[in-house]
Amino acid sequence: MIPNPQLNEEGKLKHLLTIEGLPPDILMQILDTARSFISVTEQEVKKVPLLRGKAIFNLFFEPSTRTRTTFEIAAKRLSADVVNLNIATSSQTKGETLLDTVANLTAMHADMFVVRHAQSGAAHLIARHVGPHIHVINAGDGRHAHPTQALLDMFTIRHYKGDFTHLRVAIVGDILHSRVARSEIHALTTLGVPEVRVIGPRTLLPRFVETLGVQVFHDMEAGLRDVDVVVMLRLQNERMNGALLPSAGEFFKHYGLTLEKLARAKPDAIVMHPGPMNRGVEIDSAVADGRQSVILPQVTFGIAVRMAVMAILAGN
Amino acid sequence: MTLPDAETLLAMLAEQIRCDGRPSIALVGIYTGGVWIAERLHRMLGLSVPVGTIDVAFYRDDYKKTGMRTGVKPSDIPFKVEGADIIVVDDVLYTGRTIRAAMNELFDYGRPASIRLAALVDRGGRELPICPQYLGAVIDVEQGRMIELQRDDAGRLSLSLAPPAA
Repeated sequence: MIPNPQLNEEGKLKHLLTIEGLPPDILMQILDTARSFISVTEQEVKKVPLLRGKAIFNLFFEPSTRTRTTFEIAAKRLSADVVNLNIATSSQTKGETLLDTVANLTAMHADMFVVRHAQSGAAHLIARHVGPHIHVINAGDGRHAHPTQALLDMFTIRHYKGDFTHLRVAIVGDILHSRVARSEIHALTTLGVPEVRVIGPRTLLPRFVETLGVQVFHDMEAGLRDVDVVVMLRLQNERMNGALLPSAGEFFKHYGLTLEKLARAKPDAIVMHPGPMNRGVEIDSAVADGRQSVILPQVTFGIAVRMAVMAILAGN
Repeated sequence: MTLPDAETLLAMLAEQIRCDGRPSIALVGIYTGGVWIAERLHRMLGLSVPVGTIDVAFYRDDYKKTGMRTGVKPSDIPFKVEGADIIVVDDVLYTGRTIRAAMNELFDYGRPASIRLAALVDRGGRELPICPQYLGAVIDVEQGRMIELQRDDAGRLSLSLAPPAA
């Protein structure tokens, strides 16, 4: 068996690169720890001293507002020193390789890297080359994985639904280009969700997606029937070079979440979206701002989940 | 060795706190045993301020050595810490490091008027200048062994000595 590059010799989490291959008890430890970090926000001083004196570098080679900001807040609430690298002005634009950038930051006594990169596998590459005391978190690599987004979605589902083992979850939209969808499917199946559905047009579903243990639907109304959780994905315009779709308007007609379509789901179904939302493309404003939407709580929970990941990694 | 009866020690703690006669006190139990004791004391003393609970995992000084342990409970302080007279409640007082962590956490909620300490058992071995104002018993236990508090289904508390770690 090839050893999991995310785990140390004791089987503990050293890096968080992908959900794939992680045992359920590690995912549950993260969710449990995150729940305890929620109460830190009730303190007058919204900080705990766990990572005092640690230096965390946010390496975002691809634009991000929500993910980068919540990672930054999470690190600061753990009392770490955070350095955000502005890639537009970094030496990468002058031709430095990724590993040289990391080596230089390591020479500045980095303890942890949070990496977002358009290239799949970038975080893995860094994790393979850093020293033994350094931890790497994948904050999204190409089409591959976005493990902390999946974890915060699991936290949200658990918060509203209590348990994973009786749920029906639908993931809707551009599955093909979505690293969120991939991580999400692995997390849901690992945590024992019995029925995971993916809904989308053939052109936006990866081939052989059913081998991940999901049911495939091309008709949204059929796919949403009696689900407990609807996860909408962003239509990734910037990743769409070819002619996969006739138009955004056409997409909304078939796969945009409206109140009418949502009525097929269970009455207490929750609606999630990893953001940023394209209102009127994959989701109607009436749903996004409606009573079943938990899109903003997702963002808040994201801070606690990222605190948990950082605190667990740094301690292992 | 025979350990004292936890229920008797609990009654002694309640009596000591009652005799002190402070008008409005807030109890904060430290997970897990301290929370059980704080809940019992709260009922026995008929206190009005709800019980606070604390898990000191995020304030421990051995995180660098032991990492994040599993099963961390959320802390819950359901009263205003600013200006409160607080009694921190724990089952077994040993090095004092847990109490140090609990006090640091409480101060991140506000500035209490006072903090006092109630412990069911003091086993000595202090590494910090901390001592309890309310105490059930002093027990001498050899280093490396642990005194544990248990609660049965009926809610009765009892003490036991864990076997030496392998």
